[in-house]
Amino acid sequence: MHKEAAIREPLILGDDVTYSKITEDVLHAIEHEPTKLWKVLMTIATIVALWGVCSILYLLGTGIGTWGLNNTMGWAWDITNFVWWVGIGHAGTLISAVLLLFRQKWRMAINRPAEAMTIFAVFMAGLFPMIHMGRIWMAYWVLPLPNQFGSLWVNFNSPLLWDVFAISTYLSVSLVFWYIGLIPDFATIRDRAKKPVPKLMYSLLSFGWTGNAKAWQRFEEVSLVLAGLATPLVFSVHSIVSMDFATSIVPGWHSTIFPPYFVAGAVFSGFAMVQTLMLIARKAMRLEYIITVKHIEYMNIVIIVTGGIVGVAYATEFFIGWYTGVQYESYVYMSAGAATGPYAWAFWSLIFCNFIAPATLWIKKLRINLTWTFVLSIIINIGMWFERFDIIVTCLSRDYLPSTWRMFFPTWVDIGVYIGTIGLFSVFYLLFLKFFPVLAFNEVKTILKSSGERYKNMSDEEFKKLHPVFKKDIK
Amino acid sequence: MSDKTIYAIYDDDYVLLESAKHLVAKGVHIRDVFSPFPIHGLDPVIGLKRTRLAIAAFIYGMIGVSLALTGMWFFMIQDWPLNIGGKPNFSLFTNIPSFVPVTFEFGVLCAGHGMAITYLLRNWTLPGFKAKNPYPRTTDDQFVMEIHASDSELSAEEIKALINETCVVEIDEK
Repeated sequence: MHKEAAIREPLILGDDVTYSKITEDVLHAIEHEPTKLWKVLMTIATIVALWGVCSILYLLGTGIGTWGLNNTMGWAWDITNFVWWVGIGHAGTLISAVLLLFRQKWRMAINRPAEAMTIFAVFMAGLFPMIHMGRIWMAYWVLPLPNQFGSLWVNFNSPLLWDVFAISTYLSVSLVFWYIGLIPDFATIRDRAKKPVPKLMYSLLSFGWTGNAKAWQRFEEVSLVLAGLATPLVFSVHSIVSMDFATSIVPGWHSTIFPPYFVAGAVFSGFAMVQTLMLIARKAMRLEYIITVKHIEYMNIVIIVTGGIVGVAYATEFFIGWYTGVQYESYVYMSAGAATGPYAWAFWSLIFCNFIAPATLWIKKLRINLTWTFVLSIIINIGMWFERFDIIVTCLSRDYLPSTWRMFFPTWVDIGVYIGTIGLFSVFYLLFLKFFPVLAFNEVKTILKSSGERYKNMSDEEFKKLHPVFKKDIK
Repeated sequence: MSDKTIYAIYDDDYVLLESAKHLVAKGVHIRDVFSPFPIHGLDPVIGLKRTRLAIAAFIYGMIGVSLALTGMWFFMIQDWPLNIGGKPNFSLFTNIPSFVPVTFEFGVLCAGHGMAITYLLRNWTLPGFKAKNPYPRTTDDQFVMEIHASDSELSAEEIKALINETCVVEIDEK
C-alpha cells in the first residue's frame, strides 16, 4: 500500500468514507429529482441564454453595424469576450493535464468539473469570431478547402488562421480527453440504473465499458499521453491568441511579452472561474468532504502565483513602454493613455481586481475563507474581462492619428450577446451537474487509501486488521 | 475436463491484489480482473504486457506533422504563392517559422484523435456496444477475478480451495 507523508493534509475527509459511499454521494444528483435551487437557476439561465440567442439572431439578420464598432474600433467587446472565454477554459486543461503530469492527487476531485467548464467556455469563445464574420454561413471559408476562386487558399502566415487551428484542436482534444475519463463513470451509472430510459441512455454513453485489467491499463496510458499532448497545447493556444495582437503594429499590442503574459492571465482567470463554480457546486451537492477546504486553498495558491506573473507582466509593459523611447508606446502607457485617459476607470478597475484584491490571498486566513474566496473569484473574473477590454479598446481608441481617435460605446446587442453567452454557459453547466457524474469518482477512489482521512491515520497493523488477506489471519 | 469459469469476488482492491499474488505463486493463471478503478501494481502480477498505445500516438502525431507541412507547402508555395506585405513565399524552408503553430496544432490533433480512436477500438468500446462485465457492481465497489480452469494445470476444485484461503467474499462458477 502506498502511503503519503503524514504532514500532507488528507484530501478525502471523514472516517466513514467507503468506495460505495463515494459513488452514492456523487451520483445522488443524477439518480434523484432535481432540487428547487437547480430548477430556479436553470430557469434564470435559460431566460438569459434566450436573450443571448435573440441578440445573436438579430445581429446576424441585421449586420455587425448593430454593434458599437466604428472605423477606429474594428474590434471591441466581441474579441474581449472571445479572449475572456478562452482564458477561462485554460484552467480545466491545466488541472487535468499539467497536474496529472505532476501527479498531484488533489486534481482528481476537481478535474472533471473544471474540464466541463473548459469545454463550455471554449464553445462560447468560438462563437464570437464566428458571429463577428457577419455572415456565419461562410465560416467554412477559414478552412483550406478547394474553391472556385482559383483555388485561393487561406493565409497560413496569419495568426488569425493559427487561431482557427489552435482553438479547434484545443476544443476537440479537450472534449476527447474529458469523454475518455467519463466513460468508466457512465458505466457505473449504467450498472446502477433501474429505470429503462436512463439505463439505455447511459448504456449508449458508456460505450459498453467493462473495466477489465487491460482496459484500465490502456485507460491510464491514454490519460497520460493525452495529458502530455494537452500540456503544450494549452500553452500554445493562448500564446497564439495573444499573437493576434502581438504581431500587429498597434501601440500597446506590439509586445513580445504577450504570449507568457496571456497564458498566465488565462490560468489566473480560469482558476477564479473554477472557484466560483466549485464553491457553489460542492455546497449544493454536499460534496464538501471530497472538494475540501484544502482543495480551495491549493487553487488559491495557483491564483497567487499566476496573479503574480500577471502583475510582473504589467510592470514590465510599463517599463518597456518607457524604456523603448517610442513615443506611441510610451503614450499608451505613460500619459493620457491607460491610467489617466478616458478609459482610466477601466484601467484602475483592472489594477484593483487583478493586482490589489488577489494580494489578500497571501494571508492564510483569507485563503481558506470560503466567502472571501467566492467574492474574490468574482472580482478576478471581472478584472480579467477588464484586462482584455483595456488591451483591445484602450489601445485602439488612441492610435497613431489623433483625428481617428474614437471612443467605444456598447449597444444593447453587444451587451445582449455577452450576457447571453454567460446564460448559455450556465445552461450547459447546470445540465452537466444534473446528468453527468460531476466528479471523476472512480479516480477519486484510487486515492482513498493513500490520501483519505480514514486511512491516513491508520497504522499498518490496523489496516491489515481492516482488510485481512487470508482467512487464517482472522482471529 | 470442461472449461469452467470461476469468478472470485472481493470487496477490496488491496485484498484482491495480495490474493492474486498468492494465487499466481501457486500456479493459478488469472485470465482477467474487473474493477471500478485501475489497481496499481496488478498488471505485472497477472502477466499483462505494457500497452503500445503511446507508440501509436507518436506515429499518428508524425503523420499529422507531415500532412500539415505538405499541405502548407502546396497551398502557400507550390499552388499559389502570395506576396503579402512585400514578403513573398519562396520556399518551405524560409517560411517555416510561420508554419510552426499550425504544424504543431495539427500534429497534436492527429495524435490525440488517432490515439483515442485506437483506444476505443482496442477496448472494443463504441456507442451501442453491450458491456461484458460479469457483475454490475464491479463498476462500483466490487473487484472480481476471472479464472479459467483450463488455463492452469490445477483442477477447478483445487483452484477454488486456493481462493478460499484468501478473504474472498464469494466464489461463483459459470
